[in-house]
Amino acid sequence: MINKTVKNVSEALQGVEDSMTFMLGGFGLCGIPENAIGELVRLGIKDITCISNNAGVDDFGLGFLLQNHQIKKMISSYVGENDEFERQMLSGELEVELTPQGTLAEKCRAAQGGFPAFYTPAGFGTEVAEGKETREFNGKMYVLEPAYKADFAFVKAWKGDEAGNLIFKGTARNFNPCMCGAATITVAEVEELVPAGALDPNQIHIPGIFVQRIFQGARYEKRIEQRTVRPKE
Amino acid sequence: MLDKNGIAKRIAREVKDGYYVNLGIGIPTLVANFVREDIQVEFQSENGVLGMGPFPFDGEEDADIINAGKQTITTLAGASFFDSATSFNMIRGQHVDLTILGAMEVAENGDIANWKIPGKMVKGMGGAMDLVASAENIIVAMMHTNKAGKSKLLKRCSLPLTGVGCVKKIVTNLAVLEVSSEGFKLLERAPGVTVDQIREATEGTLIVEDEIPEMKL
Repeated sequence: MINKTVKNVSEALQGVEDSMTFMLGGFGLCGIPENAIGELVRLGIKDITCISNNAGVDDFGLGFLLQNHQIKKMISSYVGENDEFERQMLSGELEVELTPQGTLAEKCRAAQGGFPAFYTPAGFGTEVAEGKETREFNGKMYVLEPAYKADFAFVKAWKGDEAGNLIFKGTARNFNPCMCGAATITVAEVEELVPAGALDPNQIHIPGIFVQRIFQGARYEKRIEQRTVRPKE
Repeated sequence: MLDKNGIAKRIAREVKDGYYVNLGIGIPTLVANFVREDIQVEFQSENGVLGMGPFPFDGEEDADIINAGKQTITTLAGASFFDSATSFNMIRGQHVDLTILGAMEVAENGDIANWKIPGKMVKGMGGAMDLVASAENIIVAMMHTNKAGKSKLLKRCSLPLTGVGCVKKIVTNLAVLEVSSEGFKLLERAPGVTVDQIREATEGTLIVEDEIPEMKL
């Protein structure tokens, strides 16, 4: 067993610097690496590029980094519900690259799997395809999309073991597995860290080879963005 | 004339036994409430769940189980969770049988615009570009005109496109229409709506052949 555990979030984030590119898992506020984001805020590093499906809300998730003006560029598919984001984008303080959601996921997974680029039909004929190579296969048009390159990937899983094996829960899985191994260093934070051998190898979603550092998050708020319920009958 | 629930109810009739269906945010979400109970259907949400159920009971919501609208949901027997790349393989690989989504504009050649109003609203396309570029069977659910009373069924879209030539069918508060090579072909009228009213509210070419039946709900 190759032990990937680090003591805490500050050890996990050793080596992060200004101007780096980070991948951050999560969909909305679901499955975001809360502890890594907190540490990035504490470190105060600047001019970072974030690859993340969304940009958090004003007072949670990546919203903290936006409030602090630490982000230079966001690469996302959907950025609604965030006033500070909108203000910084419209004033030109923040650079924004909007990417179709499936393309964003695949640009991560391509990096994980060693593909330099891939063709997708998403965005053909729209401004997303402007300046990109297009090609016809079997009568349909496709756009060439390059894989992402990132310095760190920050992902969040439900359970993990010392070997870096990960298990996700519910829809908190989302982009997290696609980002594992897609950056130079993948940092996984988990709700529960267990000894190697405690997880059933049949149930592992992401093998530890894709993870360089793993730690148990000190706390999780797991805020709900849209609480929707029906009354008990 | 239909309200939002009426549009959803009419679209629910397009959901067939054995279909995997992706529902967009807004009116499409309501479609799930009107699907016949004697057929087998599974709803996919692109954030990574197949087999979505209704909203949870008060007190039983789980922050780790949401839909693409970020609302708390439940799952039904036979449901599964998966990562985002797998989710879009279902969509891009045409394993999802029906996609229902909203739009700001639809053109008579099947172009759709629903993600950006330059200078005003830039929220992003989310999964809409992947969905419209891949799905064979796309139904647009929307009001026939916008808040200013202008037609949303146009000769050409004026807003930045989400996809080209992809919309097959449109269900509005006034009508059911099909995108054909000549323009919007009128298939059904909403209860109490005349062909003239539909023609008045449609900027793009409207094709009316024979008698147009009133829709059954």
